[in-house]
Amino acid sequence: MAEIKLTDLTKSYGPTEVLHHVEGEISDGEFIVIVGPSGCGKSTLLRMVAGLETVTSGEIAIAGRRVNELEPSARDIAMVFQNYALYPHMSVRENMAYGLKIRKLSKAEINRRVEEAADILEIRQYLDRKPRQLSGGQRQRVAMGRAIVRDPQVFLFDEPLSNLDAKLRVQMRLEIRKLQQRLGVTSIYVTHDQVEAMTLGDRLMVLNGGYVEQFGTPIELYDRPASVFVAGFIGSPAMNFLPASIEAEALILSTGVQLAAPQVSADLAQNSAVLLGVRPEHLVPDEIGPIVIDVDMVEQLGANTLLHGKLSGSQHEIVASVPGHVAAEPGSKHSFSAAPELLHLFDPKTEKRLET
Amino acid sequence: MVERRPLTSLLTHFVLVLGVIAIALPIWITFVAATHDQFRMNQVPLPLWPGTHLWDNLNQTLFGAGLSGTEGAPVWLMLLNSLAMAMMISLGKIAISLLSAFAIVYFRFPFRMTCFWMIFITLMLPVEVRILPTFEVVANLGMLNSYWGLSIPLIASATATFMFRQVFLTVPDEMLESARIDGAGPMRFFFDILLPLSRTNIAALFVILFIFGWNQYLWPLLITTDTSMTTIVMSIKQMLEAAEQSPQWNIIMTTALLAMIPPIFVVISMQKLFVQGLTETDK
Amino acid sequence: MLKRVHFPSSPLPYLLVAPQLAITLVFFIWPASQAMYQSFLIEDAFGLGSEFVWFENFQVLWGDQHYLDAFWRTGIFSLLVAALSMGVALILAGFAQRVVRGAMVYRTLLIWPYAVAPVLAGALWVFMFNPTLGIFPYFLDFVGIDWNHYLNGNQAMALVILAAAWKQVAYNFLFYLAAMQSIPNSVIEAAAIDGAGPGRRFFSIILPLISPTTFFLLVINMVYAFFETFGIIHAVTQGGPGTSTTILVYKVFNDGFVGLDLGGSAAQSVILMVLVIAMTVVQFRYVERKVEY
Repeated sequence: MAEIKLTDLTKSYGPTEVLHHVEGEISDGEFIVIVGPSGCGKSTLLRMVAGLETVTSGEIAIAGRRVNELEPSARDIAMVFQNYALYPHMSVRENMAYGLKIRKLSKAEINRRVEEAADILEIRQYLDRKPRQLSGGQRQRVAMGRAIVRDPQVFLFDEPLSNLDAKLRVQMRLEIRKLQQRLGVTSIYVTHDQVEAMTLGDRLMVLNGGYVEQFGTPIELYDRPASVFVAGFIGSPAMNFLPASIEAEALILSTGVQLAAPQVSADLAQNSAVLLGVRPEHLVPDEIGPIVIDVDMVEQLGANTLLHGKLSGSQHEIVASVPGHVAAEPGSKHSFSAAPELLHLFDPKTEKRLET
Repeated sequence: MVERRPLTSLLTHFVLVLGVIAIALPIWITFVAATHDQFRMNQVPLPLWPGTHLWDNLNQTLFGAGLSGTEGAPVWLMLLNSLAMAMMISLGKIAISLLSAFAIVYFRFPFRMTCFWMIFITLMLPVEVRILPTFEVVANLGMLNSYWGLSIPLIASATATFMFRQVFLTVPDEMLESARIDGAGPMRFFFDILLPLSRTNIAALFVILFIFGWNQYLWPLLITTDTSMTTIVMSIKQMLEAAEQSPQWNIIMTTALLAMIPPIFVVISMQKLFVQGLTETDK
Repeated sequence: MLKRVHFPSSPLPYLLVAPQLAITLVFFIWPASQAMYQSFLIEDAFGLGSEFVWFENFQVLWGDQHYLDAFWRTGIFSLLVAALSMGVALILAGFAQRVVRGAMVYRTLLIWPYAVAPVLAGALWVFMFNPTLGIFPYFLDFVGIDWNHYLNGNQAMALVILAAAWKQVAYNFLFYLAAMQSIPNSVIEAAAIDGAGPGRRFFSIILPLISPTTFFLLVINMVYAFFETFGIIHAVTQGGPGTSTTILVYKVFNDGFVGLDLGGSAAQSVILMVLVIAMTVVQFRYVERKVEY
């Protein structure tokens, strides 16, 4: 069992730096999800931990041991690939046994481990089939079985569910989580799907453009997003952003509407411009509320209703999510209010969270 | 077909049957000639229907004196020589091409591109355009009249290397990554993963290279002076020359038939692989 | 063209490319550069010494009517071989792709000649056209044609073209059939709905869609006719009668091994190499456009 430590990790391809000074500590048995849009460097980071990409500078340590220079096979890790990477010419059993065979384990031990893993994953009846005779979900299980039999210190998952259909994805998501909790193996999981990230991870590392935007629990990310990017990335529908300014400790929208301001740190200068973030589900219908939306489209989702429109008196898009069914006509006006503690303020230049 | 038109269907089959007849005619005539005795084969017009002497001709060609008037090697030895040459060329080409394609695709090393271009250049140098100096090299190396001399100079092939390179490039990167995590070294990966994954391509290439090797003509003609090294394909020419004095067409055509049967057998029996290999090697 | 991940550096890749590189160096690059070098030399009459003469060998070739004739002859020969074998293959493939069941049977029956060595193809045709015994001269006699390719240069040329084209039909047929079968059925069906009959569909839809294949095959067939037909010529006519079937490859061989004119033969080799390189470049351009390397 192992903890992982990333210290000032940088990756460059030639002159282009694609990962910038990544820091992070992952404790033993923790399930970490690295999440971000495509091209943010999340797969590269995972592959560096696996040893499939070299480290440009910085250090990766697994269980207190520097692994930068170690071969992937010497790092005591197992990886589940996006396209499963099963050897097509080998049966399921051979696929799972291959790594153990190379490590020269005894035949009996290999068989014991393979069958044990097959039982856990309920794929025992497929052991003698070839990968092409299996469905997508079954292949996914075999890929995990191949990781399990190695009894590694760390599991690495590279978008393992992205090739499955939506329903199967939800089901496998739960299974992966249960399996990880049962085995208690430190895991790093890469995905671009924020729902997957929120449901799976003990903690999430949000990457954007090669920078770590925030590293925290799902609730921390939701409640106190560290940047505009995280705020917009986590949560669905995405957070609304409205330009505003702070004057005499009051929050004034660009339309002149004044809101009860959240607690603002003293050094926040008077008259300074801020970016106000408010989640659609935190807009509460309130007939005398200060936030008025000119509705131009209504989405009925059953459990709740989404009202899309513009902030009255401006061209700023805004969405409100209201529980239950709401009768609203396009063109009508609806008023909302929001609790001050649920408002987020960001610096419009750095896009960082202003401490509240 | 989109619509049913009995008349066009009829025309289609008619044209195709005509084509098959035209294409097969020379082979048919060869076969017919191999089934008649020498006497019948000197009467005009020559027969178009098989006779009864196939076994006699085969027996005489393979184990008898063969064609009188030529001091050639026995035909069975020529067949053996051809087989040895074809096997050495095809297996040799496959082996060295697999290895070099593996190196070029899966390793990053200094002078990698230099190696690539040196191999590529062989594509532009068919043996016909460099016969004389190549002949000198082989002569200086003392490889005349040997299986090595017959096969090795024809072994280096850019085509096969390119084909394997293509095949390897289509193998997903994750195969290698997963093998590395499993702890497989380069040669283990090569033998355990890469070779089994490319086995149909190897077989397809074998069909083509076997035919290429078996049908070599100019090169063996130059470097074998010893009759015991003659290949069956070469011998036809000598027989044609002899035929001007003693026209034993039944024996010549039986020999031609024997020379054609192995490659034709390979093509027909491995047709699917052959077609796949052909379209993939050249495209 | 590179894998994302590589094996760590080691001497291994050098060992892996060594066999092929060694053979390439010894049997390809060295002889080719020798040919290049020799093409600048003229040996004296006794073969004792040689003199470096720059481009004199090439100039001699350029002024040699025999060589220039061989050059044009080769061009005409290879164009006719390509046209004949591709034309027949196109017609057969066009009909074969219409056959729903049995297309594979026809394919099997049509691909045999690919396996026949050029020299054997020559032997078969020379037998069929043997002036005294052959089947064809026997029938040609009825229509008043006196066939003797040992004496008539045009007839000799026709015979080698027939033999060379016959062998290549199989190859062209396979490529044409594959190209036609890769045309989406919906395109053909759309044309049928537009009212185009089978013949019209062939000329207005299929033929333009397979034009890349036609171009590719044209290059391949030219290369084939340039180099691989040596065996046919050698078996059927030995370049004769006179020089009426002496194509470039045959002349290189003849001048070098029979005439022992090393410098001249080497200069011819160099010219042939330039031709192959040109054709390879053309072919590679095409391949590159088609396939992502």
